Amino acid sequence: MPSPSPMSPARRRFLTDTARMAGGCAVAGLGLAYLTTDARALPAEALRPPGALPESEFLAACIRCGLCVRDCPYDTLKLAELGFDGPATGTPFFTAREIACEMCEDIPCVAACPTGALDKSLTNIDDAKMGTTVLVDQENCLNFLGLRCDVCYRVCPVIDEAITLEVRHNDRSGHHAIFAPTLFADRCTGCGICEKSCVLPEAAIKVLPIRLARATSAEHYRKGWEERAEKGGPVLEGIIDLPDRLPGPGTDNLVAPGGYEPAFKFPGASQ
Amino acid sequence: MSAKTKFPVGVEAIAAKGWLSAHKWLIARRLSQTLFLAIFLVGPWFGWRIVDGTLAGSRTLNILPLTDPFVALQGIVAGHWPELTALIGALIVLAAYALIGGRMYCSWVCPINPVTDTAHWLHEKLDIPKGWQPKRHTRLWLLAMVLIVSALTGTIAWEVVNPITILHRGLVFGMGAAWGVVIAVFLFDLVVARRGWCGHLCPVGAFYGLVRAKPLLRVSAPNRAACDDCMDCFAVCPENHVITPALRGKGNDTPLILARDCTNCGRCIDVCSVDVFTFTHRFNDRLSVSNSDAANKAA
Repeated sequence: MPSPSPMSPARRRFLTDTARMAGGCAVAGLGLAYLTTDARALPAEALRPPGALPESEFLAACIRCGLCVRDCPYDTLKLAELGFDGPATGTPFFTAREIACEMCEDIPCVAACPTGALDKSLTNIDDAKMGTTVLVDQENCLNFLGLRCDVCYRVCPVIDEAITLEVRHNDRSGHHAIFAPTLFADRCTGCGICEKSCVLPEAAIKVLPIRLARATSAEHYRKGWEERAEKGGPVLEGIIDLPDRLPGPGTDNLVAPGGYEPAFKFPGASQ
Repeated sequence: MSAKTKFPVGVEAIAAKGWLSAHKWLIARRLSQTLFLAIFLVGPWFGWRIVDGTLAGSRTLNILPLTDPFVALQGIVAGHWPELTALIGALIVLAAYALIGGRMYCSWVCPINPVTDTAHWLHEKLDIPKGWQPKRHTRLWLLAMVLIVSALTGTIAWEVVNPITILHRGLVFGMGAAWGVVIAVFLFDLVVARRGWCGHLCPVGAFYGLVRAKPLLRVSAPNRAACDDCMDCFAVCPENHVITPALRGKGNDTPLILARDCTNCGRCIDVCSVDVFTFTHRFNDRLSVSNSDAANKAA
C-alpha cells in the first residue's frame, strides 16, 4: 500500500479542516463551559424544591422538564426564566417571601421528578432541608422589641421543634419579658412559611441556603458532656479531678454563703 | 447562479397539481408542529392535563414518560445516572425515532423549525447571499463538544443555550428573555448563514440524525425517470445533498433516500410537478413501471 505523500492535497485539506473544526469547537466549548459555570451561582433567596440534590449534582441531574412545577399544588415552584430569574435557566426554584413551600405530606414534586434530581429517598417532608431559617434582624423583630408578635412561631409547621420562644428579661422596660424566637436548624425544613408570614415590610426572619446560614464544627472538636452522657461515665479513666473554684464554703473568691472575708482589704474600699 | 434556479420554487408543481397538493406535506408538518406544541400548552392554558412537562421530559396522560435522549445522555456523562422513569422515557423516544428516522424530530416536532423555515423563506424573498456555510458535519463536532463540556463541568451543558427547549419551555412555563434566543437563531439563519442553524450547527439534530438504526419511513424517488431536471427539489430541500444518490441513481440503484440527514419533511414530494418522490417504507426500493422499463431499455 503506497503511503500518502506528506504534501498530498487531500491530506493537507483533511488536516486543515480538522484543525479548524477542533479550534472552533474549543472556542465554542469554552464559551459554553463559561455559561454553565456562571449558571451554577444560585442566588441566596432562590430555594430548590424539597429533596433537591446539592447544587453541583443537581445541574447534572435536572433535565428542566418542569414536572415538579406542574405537580406543585400551591404554585410555589417556578422554572427560572432566562434572563429574569437568578437560577440556571429552566431549573425549578421558589422564593419563600413570595410563595413558601406548604410541605405537602405526599411531596408531589419529588414524586414527579423523573431523573432523581429531587431525591426520592426523602419520604418524610419534615426531613426536608431546602434551607435553614435564621432570624437575621433582632433589632427590628417585634418580639425582640418586647412585643408579642409571635407570627413566625405560630405559623411554623414544625412549631416548638424548629422554632421556640425563649422567655428572657426585658432590660429596656425593666419589668417585662421578651419572647425571643429561637431557631433549631436540625428540625427546620426551610419551607419559608415564617419568612413569608413575617409582618415587617422586609422580613426579619429569612430562609437562607445552608451553606450561608450554618457554620460547621471543626472535625476534632469533641463535646465532652455528650460523650460522657453516652458513655455514662468519665470519657478518660484516671484523670485527677481538681477542686473547682466556685463560690461557697472553703473558697475565698467572694463574700459568698460560707465563704470567708479576704485577708487584705484595700483602704477606702467600702464594700 | 442560473436564471432557472432563481425561478420561484414550486410554481410548476402548483400549476400541475394545485396549491393544496403542492403544499400537502408542508401543511401536514405545520399541523404536526402545532399539535405537538398544543398538547403541551392546553395544560397550562385550559387545565387539560394531556401532556405535562416540556420536550426535555414529559408525562403523557399521567402515565407515559418521555425524555429527550440527548438531554439524558448529557446528564449521564455529567455524572448523574437518572432514575428509571427518565431512562424508560429516553429509551421509548430512542426506539420510536430509530424506527421512523431520527430527524423526523427536526421537521415534524421541533418548535425551532418554523423559526428557521421562516428565516429561510425571508432569506429567499430578500435574495440574501448564502453567507457562511460551515461543513455539514460541523454539527457532529459540536455534538462531541457538548458531551465533553457536560463531562468536564458536570452539568447538562447544552440546556444552558439550547434554543429548542428554551423556546418550548418558554411557551409552556414563561418566556423571560427566551425570545432573544429565538431572534438570534432567526437572524443567524437570515443574514449570517443560509439554513445555518438546523442544517449545519444544531447538535440536537445531529444527535437525532445518529438515531437511525433502520428507519422504516423514508422518502423514495421511484419515478425518477420522469424527472425533468427542474431542480426544485434541490432548491427546497434543507439538506439537499441527500437527494442526489436517490434521484440520480442509475439502473437498479435504490431510489430510497437513506442518508441520515434527511428529515422526512416531504417538501421534495410537494414541489415536484411530475411526482417523482413519495413516502414509503425502507423495504420498498422498487422503481415505478415506466422507470424500470427505461432502465431495461438502457440495459
